[in-house]
Amino acid sequence: MADDEQQVGGETAEPLDPVVETLLERLYEELGDAVIDRAQMFGTPIVRVRAEAWRRAAEVAKTALACDYLSYVSGIDWQPAPREGAAAGADTSSPVQPTDMTFGLAGSAGRFQLVAHVQSTTRHWGITMKTDVDEAQPRALSWVPVYPGAEWHERECWEMFGITFDGHPALRHLYLPSEFEGHPLRKDFPLLARVVKPWPGLVDVESMPGDAGGDASDGESEA
Amino acid sequence: MSSTDTPGLPRFDVEPGALRHLAEAQMNVELDTGDMILNLGPQHPATHGTLRLVVRLDGERVIAADPVVGYMHRGYEKLTEFRTYPQITTLVNRIDWLSSFANEVPFVHAAELLMGVEAPPRARWIRTILTELSRIATFYLFLGEMGLQVGALTPAFWGFRDREHVLNLIEAATGGRFHPNFNRIGGLKDDLPRGWAAETRRAMQAILDGCDDFESILVGNEIFEARTRGIGIIPSDVGASYGVSGSNLRASGVDWDLRRDGRPYLAYPEIEFAVCTHTDGDAFARYWVRLQETRESARMVLRLLDGLPAGPIMAKVPRVIKVPEGEAWVETENPLGQMGYYVVSKGATGPFRVKIRSASFSNVSILPWLLRGAYVPDVVAILASLYFILGDIDR
Repeated sequence: MADDEQQVGGETAEPLDPVVETLLERLYEELGDAVIDRAQMFGTPIVRVRAEAWRRAAEVAKTALACDYLSYVSGIDWQPAPREGAAAGADTSSPVQPTDMTFGLAGSAGRFQLVAHVQSTTRHWGITMKTDVDEAQPRALSWVPVYPGAEWHERECWEMFGITFDGHPALRHLYLPSEFEGHPLRKDFPLLARVVKPWPGLVDVESMPGDAGGDASDGESEA
Repeated sequence: MSSTDTPGLPRFDVEPGALRHLAEAQMNVELDTGDMILNLGPQHPATHGTLRLVVRLDGERVIAADPVVGYMHRGYEKLTEFRTYPQITTLVNRIDWLSSFANEVPFVHAAELLMGVEAPPRARWIRTILTELSRIATFYLFLGEMGLQVGALTPAFWGFRDREHVLNLIEAATGGRFHPNFNRIGGLKDDLPRGWAAETRRAMQAILDGCDDFESILVGNEIFEARTRGIGIIPSDVGASYGVSGSNLRASGVDWDLRRDGRPYLAYPEIEFAVCTHTDGDAFARYWVRLQETRESARMVLRLLDGLPAGPIMAKVPRVIKVPEGEAWVETENPLGQMGYYVVSKGATGPFRVKIRSASFSNVSILPWLLRGAYVPDVVAILASLYFILGDIDR
């Protein structure tokens, strides 16, 4: 959590890039205190805005920041995936992640966040925006009226994370079959392939039929 | 009161006036032109895989089009959470399978940024050369394929034939024709084999000649121009708001190339190259832009070979790759457009979350807008000119 405390008040360790600073200043002018926090990710500014200002942030980015290009809209589930029991899907091979819930750059209020990236084709800059969505009722205003390309991204985000987008023209499944239940990119959704057949892990060698000592358990040894 | 008798036909007693009335009524009835639903795909040759396009037709004209994707969805974003960083390069290889090497670069770069590791200059230059070779391989298939979709068979054979030069080079350097898996965090698996540079120079000459052939047979060809000019026009602002990128957006007059305008990566800041744009935004413009970019890539490879620095190909990295906590967004100009990875790390051997931004996904999401009002034969030409790879849509 040390990272979070460091960023309260919008101070980051590395000095801000001049372009990043300009972008953030313009965003503050338009959005005011709807901007909760900011950070810098290797030259790309990240701002976290209040959920009610999510669509307004897109409008400001498109008009005041000249970000005419929508790169992506997606979600993050910050809750660590369960490592044990049925929920982990009998998986022992995946990299071990920290078990406490920590948040990334610019922080988060809870488990689910939306993250989007927009860019300017004329000024060649870009900005990543985040907003917190409620865990019990994850929903946000759709970006489709501002960026029509958000339609598919939001459909994907809806089926993968279960985040509803108000004002979206047709929120239906994109990749998954329409009768699919659950939200696969949520951390508590196990990797189904591993549930069906557990990953062998490090020992991935079956003994050959003629191996000495290897086939003692199958009861067919002739000795 | 009776009509004339015809042998063999039943006799009707109808008033003559009524009959004429009936005939006139028949004339005034409009032909039934109810909407027709047509399924293109999931197995249509123009779709490079399994894209299904449900189009509603009024006669020959498209009223509405709805792409149905997901037939090849493999859930890579979920799978990355169960893999270590070095294992993920194998996965991302298979997103856009025609330019696999170019898919690896931004992911490996994101991990390198987070670890504070920089690949040595020679590794960066070789990566650039292989990325440009992937671009040539990808575009060559398009240059031939596009002709095929509008009825010219010869260019397709040329495209497949000459692409072999490039695939052989990639195979010679990396060991894999389609899935090199050659990038390592901090550098490359191997150095280039002996004699590779000379062979590449010869092949690039063949590629440049091949581009002239494509130009002479298609550009200026009456049939090709009639089938591609003025159809599928993407205005620059609409294209950008849909996230259309790469050559598709440059064909709409947007002078934006991440190799030149993005955060500097690989050896692009150190070499000269031209960025081609076209103002028309139609299917022809997209063909023309890719043709010029293929030439430019071949010239870039020659330039890169001239300036290839000596030195190591791997930076010092720990044996077990652990990426420090942080987030990184790396975007590159891939053959199909902007490819980006938003990587969230929590200090483990694998990423916590990876958002894969693939080019074809956004390039295809414009189809409902673009196909409205198009004619059925043009649909195939428009699909071919957008040039997408299914693995790049479905991930």
